[in-house]
Amino acid sequence: MSQLLILAAEETENPLVPPIPELVIGLIAFVIVFGFLAWKLLPNINKVLEERREAIEGGIEKAEAAQTEAQSVLEQYKAQLAEARHEAARLRQEAQEQGAALIAEMRAEGQRQREEIVTAGHAQIEADRKAASSALRQDVGKLATELAGKLVGESLEDHARQSRVIDRFLDELEEKAEAAR
Amino acid sequence: MSADPTQVLAFETDCHIFDGCGFPAPGLHSFLFEPLWGDGDSNVYFNKTMLLALLGSIVIVGFFWAAFRKPKVVPGKLQMVAEAGYDFIRRGVVYETIGKREGEKYVPLIVSLFFFVWMMNLWSIIPLAQFPVTAIISYPAVLALVVYVLWVSLTFKRHGFVGFFKNVTGYDKSLGAVLPLAMLIEFFSNLLVRPFTHAVRLFANMFAGHTLLLLFTIASWYLLNGIGIAYAGVSFIMTIVMTAFELFIQALQAYVFVLLTCTYIQGALAEHH
Repeated sequence: MSQLLILAAEETENPLVPPIPELVIGLIAFVIVFGFLAWKLLPNINKVLEERREAIEGGIEKAEAAQTEAQSVLEQYKAQLAEARHEAARLRQEAQEQGAALIAEMRAEGQRQREEIVTAGHAQIEADRKAASSALRQDVGKLATELAGKLVGESLEDHARQSRVIDRFLDELEEKAEAAR
Repeated sequence: MSADPTQVLAFETDCHIFDGCGFPAPGLHSFLFEPLWGDGDSNVYFNKTMLLALLGSIVIVGFFWAAFRKPKVVPGKLQMVAEAGYDFIRRGVVYETIGKREGEKYVPLIVSLFFFVWMMNLWSIIPLAQFPVTAIISYPAVLALVVYVLWVSLTFKRHGFVGFFKNVTGYDKSLGAVLPLAMLIEFFSNLLVRPFTHAVRLFANMFAGHTLLLLFTIASWYLLNGIGIAYAGVSFIMTIVMTAFELFIQALQAYVFVLLTCTYIQGALAEHH
């Protein structure tokens, strides 16, 4: 029964009519939150967010700079490498040319020396032949004169020397040999 | 019941089904609190909702104080969480509706509003408190009033006296003959109904949510007798489910409240209504 009375009394309270003390406390509670956040805490975090953004952007800039540097170093290195290759090729070419020239020179020198030796040999042989030939001629003349002298019985040496018969004979022989050759 | 100062729980605990007593259904009385201090008739008193409101403020300020007092460029865990919440409101609500340039100076207000409303709603499922402060019309009303005053003054400041009326009545010559009617409706809708719906939307959601939770909680207890125990189990499961649902609704309503606030501010700042 008492419960019913209380319920009846409460029904007069409209839940859409705001009680004033709650309004006041609600406002105070909200102002506390708004005050702290707007006065200190949100400016604090905004500053840090801004710093962070700058730090990140700074980091990105640094990374970009490093990348550009790396790129330029790479290009430099590539250029150097290409130059070195070129130089190496040039040196090789030069060495080949020099080698070829050297070989040609040495070959020419060898040829020259060979010819010299051959010429010297020929001259020697010719000289020897001439010497042998003249010595032979003298000996043959002498032998022939002696032989003839023995046959004749007297020395023909002086006569033969004066008339130069043997020499003439030998010259004829030589001419014949020359002609036969 | 609530007239009894010694009554701590929201319902009588010695009543079960088949015991000959009726179901102690939740009702308006579930939203009335005896003063903890002072006299209920004199308008000078202090009760549970006020305590929760002030406690809620302290919780929010304490949380952000701990997170943002000495913020670091490389954030700790707490700062990271607080930043996520802050950024969600700033980017997701304020910049989205008002725009970055104009919206920047309203960010503190909107952030405060969101976390305040959310905290007040959250009390609904926090053990021992278990009452959404916003289910008392005064709290949504005072917030809606703050927004309303801001909106009206901004519109005046931006558009002048005639511009203000053009703005709130949606003055548009192309409407022709229906213009007077449209203006009347718009005037009524914007200037008179809007603050009311703004407050009541939040209030009614929290009011209904709390009633639902109460209903299933009371039923779980009330049905604990004989065959009723089986139904009590179902009711208890519903209590858990509804608690989870309320958790979602609380955040959603706080979001809706600040989103509408931003829409109003944006409307006040807009060149043409």
